[in-house]
Amino acid sequence: MPPADNDRQVTPFPAGLWEQPQPVVPAAVAEVAEPVQRIRVPASMLYRYTPGAAPSRFLRGLRDKRILGEKDPVNGDVYVPPRGMSPVVGLPTTEQVELPDRGTLAAFCIVHIGFGVNAPPTPFVSALVLIDGAAVSVYGTLLDIPIEEVRIGMRVQAVWAPDEELTTSFENIRYWKPLDEPDVAPELLKGHM
Amino acid sequence: MLEAPLVIEYPFNRTTGPVIGAFLTGLREQRVLGIRGVDGRVVCPPVEYDPQTSEPLTEMVEVGAEGTVTSWSRVTTPRDGQPLGGAHTLALIRLDGADTSMLHVVDGEVVTGDRVRIRWADEREGLITDIAAFEPVEGGV
Repeated sequence: MPPADNDRQVTPFPAGLWEQPQPVVPAAVAEVAEPVQRIRVPASMLYRYTPGAAPSRFLRGLRDKRILGEKDPVNGDVYVPPRGMSPVVGLPTTEQVELPDRGTLAAFCIVHIGFGVNAPPTPFVSALVLIDGAAVSVYGTLLDIPIEEVRIGMRVQAVWAPDEELTTSFENIRYWKPLDEPDVAPELLKGHM
Repeated sequence: MLEAPLVIEYPFNRTTGPVIGAFLTGLREQRVLGIRGVDGRVVCPPVEYDPQTSEPLTEMVEVGAEGTVTSWSRVTTPRDGQPLGGAHTLALIRLDGADTSMLHVVDGEVVTGDRVRIRWADEREGLITDIAAFEPVEGGV
């Protein structure tokens, strides 16, 4: 089992690069067992996050297991999660579009050092999923597949939280799992990653 | 409009080095260590390098558990994470035997020149919070 993140080995400086003399410490302290060498000093900041009007519409949809994107009024691109405007033409998005909970793996990386309270056991696959009908991909975790079989273009399906645990949170999509459909050619994902 | 709490947290895990490590080990043993500077003055909390000349310092010395308030600020509306869970005084305290002051909390109202004494935490683990607080010394001048 690999060492826990907090206890990983520290590489020493090369000899002569940097040295600090050992202090002379009064015996009453110098002779105690297990002198302090490391300390945990977590720092945290508490924010009150207001997602805004369009993301609020999106998050309320998630409570009902609906993925609601919003459409660019000029070129028809659907943005999800919606931010209330099209970043391409700079106009407000006004039309909501319901999207399926399926998509295509647009990009991924294999995470070996996990952090955060909800991180799956490492190694796991962090994924960008291009939901069918959307112009941009969403972030998620891809599970239920050996990591060596993960590839760009594979089809994936959302796995939702149990109904009684649904909230106005993107974490309602617990993770994505493989969908038994033919892969999408990676060229078709160009411009959507 | 929706709203939710969002906590950004960094789980820092730091190596102390030999000087700060000895200081923190001392706190665990209910002893406060300073370090002697090039000019003979005792710096507490200890530093690794001389504040004037930057030379490495090595002579650690024990200082007292009582000291004198050299500056202070009363906190009447504490924020999350501040000590003592209520109104308190933040003070610079020059411990007996030291020539510099350390920042810590005083459980009570004090002014510059007042004498204070360390109240040790019941469970100590080698952190600055092993000093639970300073307390005013009754009748002390």
